[in-house]
Amino acid sequence: MKIVAVTACPTGIAHTYMAAEGLSEAAKQKGHEIHVETQGSAGADRLSPEQIAEAEVVIFAADVDVQGKERFTGKPLVQASVKRAINDGPGMIAEAEEAARRTPVAAAAAGPPAATGLTTKVSEGAGLGTRLRQWLMTGVSYMIPFVAAGGILIALAFLLGGPEVANKVNGGTFGGVEYPGVTDLSKLLEQAGWAGLLFKIGATSFSMLVPILAGFIAYGMADRPGIVPGIVAGLLAVEIGAGFLGGLVGGLLAGAIVLAIRRVNVPRAVRGVMPVVIIPLLSTLVVGVLMLVVVGSPLAAAQEGLTNWLDGLSGTNAVVLGIILGLMMAFDMGGPVNKVAYTFGLAALASGNLKVMAAVMAAGMTPPLGLALATVLRPKLFTTAEDLAGEAAWLLGASFITEGAIPFAAAAPIRVIPSLMVGSAVTGALSMAFGASSRAPHGGIWVIGLVGRPVLYILAILIGMVVTAACVIVAKQIGQRAEEPTPAEVG
Amino acid sequence: MEPVITPDLVDLELSAADRHDATRQLADRLVAAGRVTNLDGFLADVKAREEQMPTGIEGGIGIPHCRSEHVTTPTVGFGRSADGVDFGAADGPAHLIFLIAAPAGGDAAHMGILAALARRLIHASFRDSLREAPDPQTVVDIFEREVLKR
Repeated sequence: MKIVAVTACPTGIAHTYMAAEGLSEAAKQKGHEIHVETQGSAGADRLSPEQIAEAEVVIFAADVDVQGKERFTGKPLVQASVKRAINDGPGMIAEAEEAARRTPVAAAAAGPPAATGLTTKVSEGAGLGTRLRQWLMTGVSYMIPFVAAGGILIALAFLLGGPEVANKVNGGTFGGVEYPGVTDLSKLLEQAGWAGLLFKIGATSFSMLVPILAGFIAYGMADRPGIVPGIVAGLLAVEIGAGFLGGLVGGLLAGAIVLAIRRVNVPRAVRGVMPVVIIPLLSTLVVGVLMLVVVGSPLAAAQEGLTNWLDGLSGTNAVVLGIILGLMMAFDMGGPVNKVAYTFGLAALASGNLKVMAAVMAAGMTPPLGLALATVLRPKLFTTAEDLAGEAAWLLGASFITEGAIPFAAAAPIRVIPSLMVGSAVTGALSMAFGASSRAPHGGIWVIGLVGRPVLYILAILIGMVVTAACVIVAKQIGQRAEEPTPAEVG
Repeated sequence: MEPVITPDLVDLELSAADRHDATRQLADRLVAAGRVTNLDGFLADVKAREEQMPTGIEGGIGIPHCRSEHVTTPTVGFGRSADGVDFGAADGPAHLIFLIAAPAGGDAAHMGILAALARRLIHASFRDSLREAPDPQTVVDIFEREVLKR
């Protein structure tokens, strides 16, 4: 049997190593293969992801918190004090045998948490690039369920209640009708119906998307202490309209700040309150100030500048405008740039230019659709979690929920975002060239009845979808060898 | 690198009233050897660790230990007590007592020696040879052979 173990004690001088030796000896006597990570003072000797992946059972012999527990998620676990391992190594090994028998590790069936547990932490020697990707993947894997649950609920709401359900809940004008919006949630069902209810629940799940992404990127970097500053950074990214790219940056900042604080050598008396009080307080404060002051204000200014520039383009060639809007829609999927383009579309709609709105909506549909197509064509290029996100992305893309592309974009921004932009630019340009129009500001394929020249419109979307998928597949393979773990390796 | 143990850090006829007394007696030797700069500060650090959880191990072993600012170089003091000293182990008093002193900022190489020693403590052959050692120099030789040569 293959066993991995972690030993840890308060001082990390004696018991950590005695426990390691006790377990090793007992395991060897029974003919098992064991690797022990001693989280002590004599330097790090981390278990490699391969050792953990192969292990059939995990033993923690620790009197303090085990660092990087999430690496072992999904494996049968035997836990005890260090003393138990020292005094009764054979007994603990016997317990481990029993635990492994009861819950055999379904290696291939390890779900997303287990998969990210493995990819969350890398050996100390791994390059920054690899670690960065694994931090991002950690955040993405926790975010995907929010995207899937929220996105599908919103899409269902559109299906059941028509696209105006969004306005019934949030207020605004749709098809010339002014909706006041629901201010008292207890009247939600009454005023907006079941579709309104679905919409509200989906939107709430969606509102957690960036905070969860940021929180769990920071968690990937700094373990549990990263969660608080990460989530707060994500919430602030939403507040200042920085979108998922803002959340991504916020999460990385939060993780880095926690790691930096941990490096400071503090007096023993203070050490006890570090994880409970000092680290959360300090890291949240610092990352919050950075998000609001350093990121927030320049972002608002940039957004305003972008809006003015776009307004200045109103008279230019329609196809060029379609390209620009397409690039913007796909750049950050619900982020500040996307919002500028979408607001421009809304303003055009209000002033009677229905073609701009059509181009904006079409360009916002291709990113999830193109990625969904890519996961079907080349599933090996994506992780198991991404393949699942790909299935949901069909519905999200068809419903003009561009956020469906975020899991893919957040996991590999440099490769994915430009690919999405190319596809959306093609669709934006074609929609304009075909002269398609839309009287609906949202709803995707479900409002096709409100679209002028619907067949050409759908053609524009399909072409963009194929272009997106092709670009993503090519970009994912550039310079890519064995760096990114395939699902088989992860499991 | 200075050896972690020398003959003057070994007391084969340790007689102590309790674990604090045993620790103090061994700590005195560390102070005399210039390896601990402040006896009271060091003992306070050991006691703080001991209070988190007793350091007695089954098989008659006590390992009071700490990382302390008052330690200059990683050191082991060894005491052998015929009567035994209670270190809180479930199976009775400790006859072999290892006072492990690590400097607060010890580097990995030094800490590695202490880690290797801790690993040897598990082995009955190592314990037995220490029980039978006729003089301090033999104890030091055993340490060198078992811990440093590995």
